[in-house]
Amino acid sequence: MLGAAAAVSVITTVMIIISLFAPTFSFFQVVSVKEFFTTTKWAPLFKPARFGVWPIVVGTLWTSFIAILFAVPMGIGSAFYLSEYARPGVRKTIKPILELLAGIPTIVFGFFALSFVNPNLVKRYWPFGEVGAYSALGAGLVIGLMIMPIIASLSEDAMSAVPHSLREGAFAMGSSKREVCTKVVFPAAISGIVAAIVLAMSRAVGETMIAILASGQRPNISRNPGVGMQTMTGFIGSAGSGDLATGTIGYKTIFAVGAYLFVITLILNIISIRVVRKFRQVYE
Amino acid sequence: MSLDTLVVEPPSPGSPDPEISLTSQIEPIRRLRDGMFRVFLYAAIGLALGALATLLYRTWVEGSPKLGTKILLNQPSERPAKAGIQSGIYGTLWVTGFCAVISLPVGIATALYLEEFADKTRWFNRMIELNIQNLAAVPSIVYGILGLAFISRGALDWGPTVSTAGLILALVVLPTVIIASREAIRAVPSSLRAGSLALGATKWQSVRKQVLPGAVPGIATGSILAISRAIGETAPLLLIGGLTFLTTNPSGLDSRYTTVPLLIYNYATSPKEELRQTAAAAIIALLFVLLCLNGAAIFIRNKYQRRW
Repeated sequence: MLGAAAAVSVITTVMIIISLFAPTFSFFQVVSVKEFFTTTKWAPLFKPARFGVWPIVVGTLWTSFIAILFAVPMGIGSAFYLSEYARPGVRKTIKPILELLAGIPTIVFGFFALSFVNPNLVKRYWPFGEVGAYSALGAGLVIGLMIMPIIASLSEDAMSAVPHSLREGAFAMGSSKREVCTKVVFPAAISGIVAAIVLAMSRAVGETMIAILASGQRPNISRNPGVGMQTMTGFIGSAGSGDLATGTIGYKTIFAVGAYLFVITLILNIISIRVVRKFRQVYE
Repeated sequence: MSLDTLVVEPPSPGSPDPEISLTSQIEPIRRLRDGMFRVFLYAAIGLALGALATLLYRTWVEGSPKLGTKILLNQPSERPAKAGIQSGIYGTLWVTGFCAVISLPVGIATALYLEEFADKTRWFNRMIELNIQNLAAVPSIVYGILGLAFISRGALDWGPTVSTAGLILALVVLPTVIIASREAIRAVPSSLRAGSLALGATKWQSVRKQVLPGAVPGIATGSILAISRAIGETAPLLLIGGLTFLTTNPSGLDSRYTTVPLLIYNYATSPKEELRQTAAAAIIALLFVLLCLNGAAIFIRNKYQRRW
């Protein structure tokens, strides 16, 4: 009985793989692999339909890149603060607040990005080009805010697991607190920190609601992240919420993009799990 | 070797020690770096807390004028003066209810199996473990694709109904339930199991009477967090027909639905500026519920969690 329950998760995975890759296979019987991966015009639901996936990949790369750029220093900084600097009382108040941040639904972040970050921050202060209602930069910043607690909390766990004797040894040799942080705690906790960052990256790539609300629906290869760009998740969400007839090529496109997204996040997850397993230091 | 070769000459008082003068040159730079590092840490945590405060404050400013019984009791509407979220509230209750009915038993059973019964050396059980770790990080929209292909249309063909949405959300939160329950079960010390078995209880009896009761607070905390995640989840429902502007409440598992997050999405993307205020007000209501649930989870964890 219990074993059957455990099998549910395996069945789920198998079903995800079949549901993604079976329609993707028939998609590639109509659209050539070469067109999908190498051309640069994305208009699968228009006539004439064009299937170059690159524009929405660029959108995803921009939003995830900005998110990581913003979240990594902030998350690791917060983790250092909580694990090494904060007094126990302060730590006890701030940690639940960060957990609260992690519990906010992404639709709320998306609304914040659309109604505040885009018009009041990006539009006002981004110096390059004309910024409209949508912006990959705004979406990226808010995705960064969303994934920050993941990095902070997992890194903090890794830092707390570093034994005190290492810190005390370093202090005894005359190290300052910063030196203990950067030269003792950080290297000892690096596997946990890297795994946290990779996991956060996979979240950023797969984030849908913030991207769909704040980054807009226009496929756009641009060097300027201030403008709106459709992301892979944004495409899946908007195309999927329309009423596409089963079996049409537009319908199958959702699955092809989904399969691509799934493969990217799967690779990131496997890296994250591997890093933890391989480089974890076991301290007594 | 004679002893006097080991005697260290004391430094002559006249000449300064080169070591010491070097440190005294470096010291101010080190101090400066220490200070800068500290500033960086304060900036990081301050920015995080500031952003959270801004998010809550802005939502409050925008939504509070609309907040009231009207928005909770009125049905969705394109007219800002009348717009409410009633059908979304009922939809969310139905969908998360169905989600809980499926995900909690399956999740807890899986956790029990993996912790208490599974032989960890067998490849099948190791595969389940790895699989759950991976599932936990699959983007939620991919679950929506699964729902579209197999449940809403395709094999099961349940259509865009409460049961489709509940089942998909159950699959989304299942890894969360499993991981939290496993941790709670693992925290029950093995001496309890051994004692129970030594007194002649069967494996199942000792799991039921000793392990499960000990793990209940941890399992409850994890379950509440999983359900609150299901309440706020939006992306997979976009693909399984939740986005229709429904003005009637669902009447059963096979009726159509919309949820509060989906209505927020609808209102937020509306061209009418005033409907954004309705979205903000709905967000306040949603966050209030989630805050209560999270608070309850933390309370249970602190109050009932036993230290073994």
